[in-house]
Amino acid sequence: MVPAVSMRALTKRFDDVVAVDAIDLDIADGEFFALLGPSGCGKTTTLRMIAGLEIPSAGSLKIYGDEVGTLPPNKRPVNTVFQNYALFPHMSIADNVAFGLKMQKTPKADITRRVGEAIELVRLSGMEHRRPNQLSGGQQQRVALARALVNRPKVLLLDEPLAALDLKLRQGMQFELKQLQREVGITFVFVTHDQEEALSMADRIGVMGDGELLQVGSPEEIYDQPVNRFVADFIGRSNFLPGTVEDAATVCLTNGTRVAVQHAGATGEAIALSLRPERVQIADRDATPDGHAHLDGTVSMVTFLGSGVVYQVALDWMTIEVRAENRPSVPRRDVGDAVSLWWRDDAVAVVPA
Amino acid sequence: MSAESLDPLDVVDPAHEHHHLGEQVERRLRKSERRRGLLLALPAFAYMVLFFAVPLVIVLVYSFATRTSSGSVALSGWNLDSYRKLGEPIVRNVVFRSAWLAAITTVACLVIGYPFAYFTATRRPLVRNLLLVSVMIPFWTNFLVRNYAWRLLLSTGGPISSATEAIGLGETDLLFTRTAVVLGLTYSFLPFMILPLYASIERIDWRLVEASRDLYSNGWKSFTKIVFPLSLPGVIAGSILVFVPSLGAYVTPEILGGGRETMLGSYIVTQFLTARNWPVGASVSFVLMAVMLSATIVYFRSGGKNL
Repeated sequence: MVPAVSMRALTKRFDDVVAVDAIDLDIADGEFFALLGPSGCGKTTTLRMIAGLEIPSAGSLKIYGDEVGTLPPNKRPVNTVFQNYALFPHMSIADNVAFGLKMQKTPKADITRRVGEAIELVRLSGMEHRRPNQLSGGQQQRVALARALVNRPKVLLLDEPLAALDLKLRQGMQFELKQLQREVGITFVFVTHDQEEALSMADRIGVMGDGELLQVGSPEEIYDQPVNRFVADFIGRSNFLPGTVEDAATVCLTNGTRVAVQHAGATGEAIALSLRPERVQIADRDATPDGHAHLDGTVSMVTFLGSGVVYQVALDWMTIEVRAENRPSVPRRDVGDAVSLWWRDDAVAVVPA
Repeated sequence: MSAESLDPLDVVDPAHEHHHLGEQVERRLRKSERRRGLLLALPAFAYMVLFFAVPLVIVLVYSFATRTSSGSVALSGWNLDSYRKLGEPIVRNVVFRSAWLAAITTVACLVIGYPFAYFTATRRPLVRNLLLVSVMIPFWTNFLVRNYAWRLLLSTGGPISSATEAIGLGETDLLFTRTAVVLGLTYSFLPFMILPLYASIERIDWRLVEASRDLYSNGWKSFTKIVFPLSLPGVIAGSILVFVPSLGAYVTPEILGGGRETMLGSYIVTQFLTARNWPVGASVSFVLMAVMLSATIVYFRSGGKNL
């Protein structure tokens, strides 16, 4: 199967700044792909290159096998949902949605039918004659979706489409978008800086930092086996315990504790153990099960979050964050409690120091 | 009301209901706000009443008066004679000619000014400001001087005529023609077109243009469907700012038209100074103003509805 989007050494420079640095990436047909990264990491520039709104400085960019690097946006089989929707303020909702079809000189009857269908798809029937400024943020965002989808693009590009919505609406739209993508079966490429959004919606995630593509994988892979500290830190929270590799399955932490891991790396290499707060078990001092490494410490801070409790546990060489569920069966700890921390061998990931 | 009583602390009395108290203070603050605004506007207001509204009323009164045989105005025997005179062919021709020339001038300014405003609005800030200053520089020279400069340019044997002769098109004799008047008016009022156009083009959200390109429109379609409609407020404002003064222009038609092509401005001046028929001059002025005012209102109403 030809990939929907294929990038090889794709690069974009603005004067001396390298915004996107030689990216290699294949996005499969029908996939919901998220480009995730902090602002300024080059994710939006990558999306704009696919859309044709930026011309690549170097490298190759193919859409379903056709090289599109320098094609203008109107010659590409892709459509974009813009960050602030970019709805045309001087046109009605129906005219906004019909714009792309009119530009492609679609027959009038077809336009009417398809615009009606698209507006129905995003559940805005009855709003056809309103102006964009008469709609709420969530409705505008659905118009933007309809305006893009009505053209039946081969790839739909979404540039932080949910960023301008408030939390409740955003969560609702996340679900709707995913549903919609299954329904229409179009490849979605989605840019976001919100890791939760990426994790909950995408089939695969590409994490970007500083213009480089750092890791590509399923949400589980990205979360459980981050390739480096940046990825581990950006996707969720993590503790980084410094140490060195002793052999293929053992890491020696800087305080001398030996920890069994699954893939350690090259012997003698300085590494860090990435340990998610919710993967750490908190137990009474010396009450940890046998066969696991454990670390002793004292609870130094307790933060109640509703669904859980976050403890800062001070060891004599670092502080570790632990997240426990707020369940009746889970005992609560107070500041000053002497505790021991332990974790299952498969709960940690080894990342370069 | 004294200033002290506006102080909220003065009226705070724990025994009173807080709800009412808040309302009361708010009302007083609003009132004092209004009063302060009025005070600030007073000098401008007084000036306008004294030097604009009062003379205007005098003109209106004169337009209903009668011209005596000696050329003075008799402030009695009020009638509509001077307004009836507006229906006469001579006056009608002047009106049509003026409106026609003003319309051509407006279109010329739009055609020349739009590309310039578009270019300026899409440059980086430094270039932008330089271009805008260059638009305004001619204003630093006296209006009359600039019109006489055009007279020199257009005159037989002048630079333009010599240039056309040199490239084999023969001498051009533009001075004292309608073309000369339109050229002069376009030159004079072009900045009034460019500045509002610039302001409205500069305000356009370029992401909308990107969105239209993404939705399969080519550059030209993006312009006609997105940029131009969104710049309409500037087009309307610029057109009014050019059309209205062109319609009543006096200096340029006199200097470059040589008085051969009488326009409304010249006609009014003639009525006041030469013909000494103040009632007719006054009525023409008044009708001109009324037409412009209603045109402006209609224009803005229709523009405001679309955007």
